[in-house]
Amino acid sequence: MANLATNFIGIKSPNPFWLASAPPTDKEYNVRRAFEAGWGGVVWKTLGSEGPPVVNVNGPRYGVVYGADRRVLGINNIELITDRPLEVNLREIKSVKRDYPDRALVISLMVPCDEESWKDILTRIEDTGADGVELNFGCPHGMAERGMGSAVGQVPEYIEMVTRWVKQYSRMPCIVKLTPNITDVRKPAEAAKRGGADAVSLINTINSITSVDLDSFSPEPMIDGKGTHGGYCGPAVKPIALNMVAEIARSAETRGLPISGIGGVTTWRDAAEFLALGAGTVQVCTAAMTYGFKIVQEMAAGLSAYMDEKGFTSVDELVGRAIPNVTDWQYLNLNYVTKAHIDQDLCIKCGRCFAACEDTSHQAIAMGPGRVFSVKDEECVACNLCVDVCPVESCITMVELPKGAVDPRTGMVVGDYANWTTHPNNPARKIAAE
Amino acid sequence: MNSPQTPGVVPHRLDPERIAANFSDAQLPFDAHEARVAADRCYFCYDAPCIAACPTEIDIPLFIRQIQAGQPEVAAKTIWDQNIFGGACARVCPTEQLCEGSCVREAAEGKPVEIGRLQRYATDAGMARNAHPYSRAPSTGKRVAVVGAGPAGLACAHRLAMHGHDVVVFDKRPKPGGLNEYGIAAYKVPNDFAQGEVDWLLRIGGIELRMGVELGRDMTLEQLRQDFGAVFLGIGLQGVNGLRVPGEERGGVHDAVDFIATLRQAPDKGVLPMGRNVVVIGGGMTAIDAAVQSRALGAENVTIVYRRDQAQMSASNYEQDHAKHVGVKIVHEAAPVELRGNGAVREVAFAYTEATPEGGLRLREDGFGLQADMVFKAIGQTLGALPDGVAAMGGKLDLGSLPAGVWIGGDCSPGGQDLTVTAAAQGRDAAEAIHAALMGRT
Repeated sequence: MANLATNFIGIKSPNPFWLASAPPTDKEYNVRRAFEAGWGGVVWKTLGSEGPPVVNVNGPRYGVVYGADRRVLGINNIELITDRPLEVNLREIKSVKRDYPDRALVISLMVPCDEESWKDILTRIEDTGADGVELNFGCPHGMAERGMGSAVGQVPEYIEMVTRWVKQYSRMPCIVKLTPNITDVRKPAEAAKRGGADAVSLINTINSITSVDLDSFSPEPMIDGKGTHGGYCGPAVKPIALNMVAEIARSAETRGLPISGIGGVTTWRDAAEFLALGAGTVQVCTAAMTYGFKIVQEMAAGLSAYMDEKGFTSVDELVGRAIPNVTDWQYLNLNYVTKAHIDQDLCIKCGRCFAACEDTSHQAIAMGPGRVFSVKDEECVACNLCVDVCPVESCITMVELPKGAVDPRTGMVVGDYANWTTHPNNPARKIAAE
Repeated sequence: MNSPQTPGVVPHRLDPERIAANFSDAQLPFDAHEARVAADRCYFCYDAPCIAACPTEIDIPLFIRQIQAGQPEVAAKTIWDQNIFGGACARVCPTEQLCEGSCVREAAEGKPVEIGRLQRYATDAGMARNAHPYSRAPSTGKRVAVVGAGPAGLACAHRLAMHGHDVVVFDKRPKPGGLNEYGIAAYKVPNDFAQGEVDWLLRIGGIELRMGVELGRDMTLEQLRQDFGAVFLGIGLQGVNGLRVPGEERGGVHDAVDFIATLRQAPDKGVLPMGRNVVVIGGGMTAIDAAVQSRALGAENVTIVYRRDQAQMSASNYEQDHAKHVGVKIVHEAAPVELRGNGAVREVAFAYTEATPEGGLRLREDGFGLQADMVFKAIGQTLGALPDGVAAMGGKLDLGSLPAGVWIGGDCSPGGQDLTVTAAAQGRDAAEAIHAALMGRT
């Protein structure tokens, strides 16, 4: 069994699976259940300033997007930060951490954007025994209207400023949680780094309306006939999250900045992908809210089995393995030529590949008598759409043309690696030195 | 109160609750969630094989996608555009031989998309709207006679009415529906579905039913040709084949189609007399329906005997499995040689059969006997009396013999496998041909 123990910016946890700051981590009761189930850590649901607690709506706070058989693909929410008194949360955090000293317990914070507010909250959490703080610069709904959450996260200067205050007034490791509701996620990450952040976590939720009721014409989730944008999360957002994690991991300015990956982690495989793209831990919410805390058992066992299979003895050996393979389009090998190939024994003759290629792509699949579908190599640009829409796994595959072969589509010989930067059609191409 | 073991032919072999359960819906309808899950399995194939396999060419992937998108009543319209008897067909079509048999998921994993049940879900939802989904074109002033109020005749009448023609439908039976009303096992269409479907269909308007009127007895084809712009004959198969063995006239020997019709019309099925030992001779759907319903009435031993091998039975595998599931025994490759008894039938003597090199069948020397106090003959139906001026060929009406202005469809017509769905297709297509002819003439 591979050892899943992690040390993330000095915060130790028995495995890299943390619960994200969210409804599942709002109370001692839930967090104790999570730790009993085997979660490596939690980020306690965001605390606000001392004073009258936050007020939540009293109607639905979640909207959903379903796949087949009501499988949850995405959930959005309009819940605010914790609506429980600050001192209750602090007492519970202390109690839980005392009983689970081996688990990571990070406190998420969101207070008004002034130095006094941050100084005050940091003082108040000082003796909880928590392992670190996560600055919630991400939540896109409600609090953002009051100048907090993503309203801060969308202004790199604010991120840098607040992070600096936090590092000034606290000895705790500091994670800055980033919003994806921004054009270039590297800018806030750079700002966090400049401010002294020990790590970033991402992504927070994405501005969204999950659906529109076509009878009442209200967006979902609906409160008394009205709706507002909520934060979207779950499996549907994973590709967006992976890309943002990778961008930070490979950027020259932020390379090496520890990352806690968040966004649609549902199985061990999702987690492993985040780790491979540079995340040191992952944070989970929607999967737990959909299936309960027990899923961590599958995640831990699955990651461990995968690591054994690969011969990795520690999570660190997996972290970042895929980063060198994330590149810019301009460096992709234009002499990597593949052709779709249909395995006639596996083909069930549904014709989806044909419809997709004929209607929407390159007319590179022929439909013969008896519904025999075959690839026209002279037309196939290897776009992969047929593979994507084929309902049979491994029925259509992409076969690489060997070096020296002639691509029947272009008539060109497959050569050595060559990319756009030197392509004759590129007006800005670099001419190789003589 | 009798029991399945009571000797002879007696009513009330089972208590009323058992009888009611045996004749209730054989297959439970999908609920909305089940339907969406089942619909999601459809791959929306290009030029889908299931469409080609449907005699009415319903756009199956489209209607399934419409169910998946939450609009079963729109899906129903897609179905009815091609087959106005989509509701009946969803219940009685041998889908494993048609749409579901050609489903790519049948080939891939032996589990086709459940097209029949999805079609039922859609058409039930559509009919529950309680509004007829079609309206008539402006009146053409043309009149068409339809003989036979079965699926072929009514499909034809509906399409003609849509096109603005006035239609008079004649049928010798007291109720419309044809085999949907009289020829299909009761448990397949419970709750008077067939009459409900006919009533719904007639709401298009412009269709007049004249029941209890028989062609040849009450009118001639020539008269209809004179009185109407066109005539459609959907007269079905009125006769039945005989066994042509000694003892066929004995008491207790019945035509399976009569038994099925009587059962369908009986409000209290328990009062029908049923034998303890029942033998059904034949290998088609009629044989299955008679056998299954004999068990449903409490017969202790029910045996279907078919003269050829299993592969040649025209009943679908699904139907055969269903019969076996309810306790019917199926014997292949044996033919009756004598129905014995002292008055009423007591036993059927069978000889084993074997195929001849020429593809025929001959009786072997050896055989066996089966106790029987009821025997149902289900070895095929035949044309009845021919309409005046029309000839027969190959057991069906001869298309070449039809007088001008006369069209045919359904079981009396060549082509097809005597299925409701074929009749619906032929009736519809004949209506289009009649419409073209009538409008071309003006």
